[in-house]
Amino acid sequence: MQIGIFGVGDLARDPVSGRTPTEHDRIKAVVEYAKLAEDVGLDVFAMGEHHNPPFVPSSPTTILGHIAARTERILLSTSTTLITTNDPVKIAEDYATLQHLADGRADLMMGRGNTGPVYPWFGKDIRDGIALAVENYALLHRLWREDVVDWEGRFRTPLQGFTSTPRPLDGVPPFVWHASIRSPEIAEQAAYYGDGFFHNNLFWPKEHVRRLVELYRSRFEHYGHGSADQGIVGLAAHLFVRPKSQDAVREFRPYFDHSLYGGGPSLEETMEQTAVIAGSPQEVIERVLRYREHAAGDYQRQLFVVDGVGVPHKTVLEQIEMLGEVVPVLRREFAQGRPAHVPDAPTHASLTAAARAATLSGEGRR
Amino acid sequence: MKRTLVVVSAGLRLPSSTRMLADRLADSTRRLLDERGEQVEVVTVEVRDLARDLVSHLTTGYPSEQLRRTFGAIAKADGLIAVTPTFTASYSGLFKMFFDCLDDTALVGKPVLLAATGGTARHSLVLEHALRPMFAYLRAATLPTAVFAATEEWGGGDAGEPLVRRVERAAEELAGEVARRDPPTAPDPYRAPLPFERLLEGG
Repeated sequence: MQIGIFGVGDLARDPVSGRTPTEHDRIKAVVEYAKLAEDVGLDVFAMGEHHNPPFVPSSPTTILGHIAARTERILLSTSTTLITTNDPVKIAEDYATLQHLADGRADLMMGRGNTGPVYPWFGKDIRDGIALAVENYALLHRLWREDVVDWEGRFRTPLQGFTSTPRPLDGVPPFVWHASIRSPEIAEQAAYYGDGFFHNNLFWPKEHVRRLVELYRSRFEHYGHGSADQGIVGLAAHLFVRPKSQDAVREFRPYFDHSLYGGGPSLEETMEQTAVIAGSPQEVIERVLRYREHAAGDYQRQLFVVDGVGVPHKTVLEQIEMLGEVVPVLRREFAQGRPAHVPDAPTHASLTAAARAATLSGEGRR
Repeated sequence: MKRTLVVVSAGLRLPSSTRMLADRLADSTRRLLDERGEQVEVVTVEVRDLARDLVSHLTTGYPSEQLRRTFGAIAKADGLIAVTPTFTASYSGLFKMFFDCLDDTALVGKPVLLAATGGTARHSLVLEHALRPMFAYLRAATLPTAVFAATEEWGGGDAGEPLVRRVERAAEELAGEVARRDPPTAPDPYRAPLPFERLLEGG
């Protein structure tokens, strides 16, 4: 089980202190969170991509490349990479470069984004959202697996004899997750390639999450990548943890009420329905272990949002430290009763070993 | 054949003249379908009962369990009767919110009877200038007759065609449209997705 943190780098006013950090503060803070996440024993750090205020991370590989240089073990990922509006050739180049610099500690999560105007800003049409995600990824998939690519599609200028450089580290492309909260087409896409499926279930109730994950799992099996319970599934949660439950709820409430969460159902109702958790470490453990019901079985990656919505820097650091204390328990409990045939999320090491084994067995047959 | 009619009534008071009009339309339609040998189940939705759920749906993006069931019933219904009070020269905000939250393909090709209530008959064009364009956007098969009931028409003070006659004519149109259609099939994309090869070819 991979456990980590992710964020979208929103620049928000702290409703308690009234302070808003600068972009510079926020970018530097994000790097600090990644470093601390590694120090307390988390497995993954993921950063989003946005091209509009109030978000700062428009250049995720710059941030992740910098973090790669300052860390040694933690896996770097994205939440998410815009497969719709980015040129798939540039994604291939940027993330292969990151993969080399991070010595294989990089994977990425494809998403379509949630800001309508990003499409026209990058010369695209939002009505083509799914078609862009499908075609762009089909090209990206080939660019990382074929040394020379001839290609023609609907959305991008054709390629003749194109080689994307650098080639993936050890000839093994970074593992890819496809993220969606409601689109069956994206679950279908993840299943077709045997890639991972991530449901950002922060704002969504169990039944909603589960029907999409179940679709992915059944189609994963349909396309012959293994049994449904061997699909690679990731989930999210928004975390605010304090030693005492009441303190967590009291302290988190103003951030909840004054953010995009507010104005609708109360914090208590939201916690009951969705993956927002404000509580004690024990409550966090109990809640997160139950996400196996959302994931329709054992799953591979659990990411937590601990920053954003104006929560101050010091508090975020405390959240990461508390998470570090909770994680060994979560890992132990998640391992309980987990069938041996349910795989871990692929890593560069496991994918390289699998590629080598496939080559050897191929040679053996010859 | 077994048929389902869903009645959406957005009145706020009790008793509600909007609900009274909704019931009359539903009763007439049911009787006319009975006469054609159809078995009719009428499901009446009081939008007021869903008011909080609708606000939550707009802010959170997902429906409550009750809202999900209601929208599911509409998707599977053979016909819809939609009745709103007239507020500030249009349908009520709550009525609009209900249809804002409904999946925008739920009414495609579905027979829909439009109706509204108001203080005086001077508001009656709300049916043609507000309701009909909204349901046209949703690609519903709205019936030619839409029924407006002014307060005075619940007594005898109507100079034009009496309310009961208009109700009857609208119900005949709805019953006719329901009877000549096959029951709708609501495909579930989470059970039967478009195969990826088709997506790769551009859907």
